[in-house]
Amino acid sequence: MPQPLSPEPALIIEGLIKDVGPITALDGRMKRIVSNISLRAHFGQVTALLGANGAGKTTTIECAQGLQNRTGGSVSLLGQDPENADAVLRSRVGVMLQDGGLPPSARPIALLRHVASLYENPLTVDALVDRLEIAEFSNTTIRRLSGGQKQRVALAASLLGNPEVLFLDEPSAGLDPQSRLMVFELIRELRDSGKAIILTTHLLDDAQRLADYVYIVNHGESVAEGTVAQLLSQSTAAQKHRTMTFETVPGLDTTGLQHSGLICSETRPGAYSLSGSFTPADMAAFGQWCAASNAMPTSVHLASQSLEDVFLAVSAAASPSSEASASGSASTTGNTESSRAEAESELS
Amino acid sequence: MSTPSLFAGERTTRPATRLRRVISQGRYEAATMLRNGEQLVLMVVMPLLGLIALTATPLLDGMGYSRVEMAAPGILALCALSTAFTGQGIATGFDRRYGVLRFLSTTPLGKGGLIAGKVIAVLVALALQVVIISTVAAFLGWRPPVAGVLLGIPLLILGAITFTALGLLIAGTVRPEATLAITNLGWILFAALGGIVLPAGKFSASMADFVQWLPSGALGNLMRGALLESRLDIFAMVILLVWAALCSLAAVKWFKWN
Repeated sequence: MPQPLSPEPALIIEGLIKDVGPITALDGRMKRIVSNISLRAHFGQVTALLGANGAGKTTTIECAQGLQNRTGGSVSLLGQDPENADAVLRSRVGVMLQDGGLPPSARPIALLRHVASLYENPLTVDALVDRLEIAEFSNTTIRRLSGGQKQRVALAASLLGNPEVLFLDEPSAGLDPQSRLMVFELIRELRDSGKAIILTTHLLDDAQRLADYVYIVNHGESVAEGTVAQLLSQSTAAQKHRTMTFETVPGLDTTGLQHSGLICSETRPGAYSLSGSFTPADMAAFGQWCAASNAMPTSVHLASQSLEDVFLAVSAAASPSSEASASGSASTTGNTESSRAEAESELS
Repeated sequence: MSTPSLFAGERTTRPATRLRRVISQGRYEAATMLRNGEQLVLMVVMPLLGLIALTATPLLDGMGYSRVEMAAPGILALCALSTAFTGQGIATGFDRRYGVLRFLSTTPLGKGGLIAGKVIAVLVALALQVVIISTVAAFLGWRPPVAGVLLGIPLLILGAITFTALGLLIAGTVRPEATLAITNLGWILFAALGGIVLPAGKFSASMADFVQWLPSGALGNLMRGALLESRLDIFAMVILLVWAALCSLAAVKWFKWN
């Protein structure tokens, strides 16, 4: 039976500010990592912080866990300030760190039994070993495990106390497809049993698949928020937006495709991307263009707007026009392009 | 119908009591320490070799006591240095690198429990060393006075606490590779020249004047005073207490968890 869901948020962050430093490269000044983040995470929901690497996601959740002290703003975790967390609060919160936090010389089974001994009446180690399929490597030292295996051990360690709130920092980083599927199923099961799950990810696909509510974080600020559906329907124009990618011979003249507002570019030799508000007539025109160019595509892929487009739009809109942000948004684009490739390869 | 979720239902998990958490952490860390081959060499083999070398050679002759009487107190102090400073410092440095300290500080154990667990692990390992070294020394003819033994035990614990704090201070402020280098070099310098194993008076009077201010010299003098003469060296104890306090305060202030 799922636990009755509390209407109070499990985590409330208001106007979080975090400075680090002093930084030698900045003449001893402090660097602002998080400048203004407010969020709420509810029980029975997966709340995702989505953003490029270095956007301030990990700093934000570490301030929420009490691992880092904040510079400003307020954090309420299960009604308490995590900076003064006592053992009872820590037992109600599970944390999976980005780097795992596992000693390389330990064996998973011994480590999990030790962590379990820190709780009264924890979940049984055997049940978690079983659920996360750790048995086959439970006596191998952690340094010899694959990334996916380590991640599963770290996840099991964070769950031993059967926490009400679970923080997962980049839970799918370094996971092989099989581990990824297992971890995603487990996250959904945890959500369905009423836990509040707060995860960070730089993969739009993760957010789209897992999250009930998404905060898009850019340069230390929360620049957009909503359910995946809300973010996707932010503008009606965007709803009609499609992107067609196709592969054929390189170097074709694409001016014939760029009518009624469609924009085409050759992203790499022989790979083309055509985007805009497609109509059925545009599809016919595409066929005619192929015939006229004597080009037979080896693949054609048409997708409606993804969370990625929203992400790119809000990131671009939120970037101030300084030199630093110009390079910042360029790296954001690079990052999402690689994650798009990843997402598409998974979907096909 | 699928099986009910492992995580569903009323949550009944609580933190274990503080005592159980700290003991559990101490046991886990002690077991980790004792399973590590390099640590065992540092903790047991090196002090044993030192004891045997000092009783087989005339280095400590002419100081009014037998070789083993002179050597055993210093070798026991060396055990505290090996385990609390070098062994524990290196382990903590690498645990910090791998995020182990941060992960454990999010569990009910917390930061305080983590440090307490380390102190317990050091004391457990030190107790084993003392048993081994004392047994071998007894075979070599060591018969310390009972009053001296009773005095020596708390002094050795004070030494272990001081060197634990110093080891944590280094492990918590520099990279683990640097911790490795500093604590190993420190071990050699403290052991050879720092007045732990060899009374600094062996070298020169001015050396003894300097070394008595070091934690190593203070602990060496305390152990020899206790186990040779059943005497409490007040000056050395004050020096060691000041080092313990300063290192602990500095470790609390500057220790970085990540």
